[in-house]
Amino acid sequence: MTGRNTPALRVENASKSFGAKRALCDVSLTAAPGEFVAVLGINGAGKSTLFSLLTGLLDCDDGMVEVLGHDITRSRTAALSKLGIVFQEPTLDPDLSVSQNMRYFCALHGISKARSAERIGACLAQLDMVERKDEKVRALNGGHRRRMEIARALVHEPQVLLLDEPTVGLDATTRSAITNHVHQLARDGMCVLWATHLVDEIGYDDTVILLHEGRVVRNGKAAELGGSEGLYALFDTVRKAGAAP
Amino acid sequence: MISWFNCMMAIIWREGLRFIHQKERFFSALVRPLLWLFVFAAGFRAALGLSITPPYQTYVTYEIYIVPGLCAMIQLFNAMQSSLALVYDREMGAMRLLMTSPFPRWWLLISKLLAGVSVSILQVYAFLAVAALYGIRFPAVGYVAVLPALLVSGLMLGAIGLVLSANIKSLENFAGIMNFVVFPMFFLSTALYPLWKMAESSPLLRDICSWNPFTQATEAIRFGLYGKFSPEAALWLMVYLAVFLALCLIEVRHLRNRTRSEQPAR
Repeated sequence: MTGRNTPALRVENASKSFGAKRALCDVSLTAAPGEFVAVLGINGAGKSTLFSLLTGLLDCDDGMVEVLGHDITRSRTAALSKLGIVFQEPTLDPDLSVSQNMRYFCALHGISKARSAERIGACLAQLDMVERKDEKVRALNGGHRRRMEIARALVHEPQVLLLDEPTVGLDATTRSAITNHVHQLARDGMCVLWATHLVDEIGYDDTVILLHEGRVVRNGKAAELGGSEGLYALFDTVRKAGAAP
Repeated sequence: MISWFNCMMAIIWREGLRFIHQKERFFSALVRPLLWLFVFAAGFRAALGLSITPPYQTYVTYEIYIVPGLCAMIQLFNAMQSSLALVYDREMGAMRLLMTSPFPRWWLLISKLLAGVSVSILQVYAFLAVAALYGIRFPAVGYVAVLPALLVSGLMLGAIGLVLSANIKSLENFAGIMNFVVFPMFFLSTALYPLWKMAESSPLLRDICSWNPFTQATEAIRFGLYGKFSPEAALWLMVYLAVFLALCLIEVRHLRNRTRSEQPAR
């Protein structure tokens, strides 16, 4: 199923409506292993709806979503086992410790206890969270919670990492540390899809998909779209015009 | 297969830990039936005469009669509490973690139901222990024989709760469940009065009570506590369990498109 040229993520003509409201319209994208794809859009652009389609939380009305060649609807198990997901809303159990939350997640992904212990240690170390493994999540600050969610998303060794506005509400230093870390994961070969409304989180080499009112209005390398300055201008035009430029 | 079992055990373990962390939940689960036992049943003891009906072989006091119904009540409230937690998880986003597990949704559903039942069985045994201290004791074999009845009735009530939670859009709507589901289920059952007593006042009321799934749960527990088996209650309980589990599976198939239906787009 997964060939050498199989894209890590493939979305083809995906559409989704909620009643009369069209949240996504004919969205297509592909992402290769090692690619960092930033889905950029203002609130209401359809980023989270796209994210929900990619994670199988919602079904497409039309179109399809594939993860490493596995259709998210028809081969849900195979597709989800390759996906690491960081949701915008916190999904940690505040009454459990960091390692208990990680163990729970490992079990939900069918990882054996012995393997879990090994992977939890490695992922927490990667995110500088080892010292906090016995702390209750309730006692962690926002930045540490976010790091923990990223560590958790990596524990089953996914090949594709999806993050939905992961830096919302964090200070600049933590934001920068998390952004750099995830960019490094992409350089190491992981396919990353990062939904955001913050242009400064996008690197020069990243692929940018500019989403507006449920449609892709620009798609290309950040450098080709004029780097940060070009993206700011483009994003600003979209925001002010309220329509595709 | 081991990974499937590990997944189920983790869901049960998490529910257990959540229960331990919410000590007030444990005490309120105990206080409710104990109030019924110590206050309500004590007051009704003199007013209510009960004839000898199976599984009883002699006259029993009202306190003894009411205990199986209170065990079922603990399970009913626990099932509703679990479904409330599901609505909360859905609103807060925690449900997404479960829904994006690669295991089949029907397995996650069964695990979630078993987790709730495990907690409710612990609550029932804690209640039976307090009742024993109060002087209401059952044959030793009954404490073991009641376990299958508690398991099946807990699963059935949990399935009802899950079907309800899938159809509730927000926590605010949950209050209606108390008025339209919990109270009618409890009062229109054999938890407080035997069926023949109901028939004396209204045959229609008796019929409604006999069709109530909660009545079958109560009767299965009542027989179990005396080390006996009621084929009728067991059969109906299994039928209701199958029906509500099927409804659950249908709801779960549609659940994913409901998780975000209130938030069109961001």
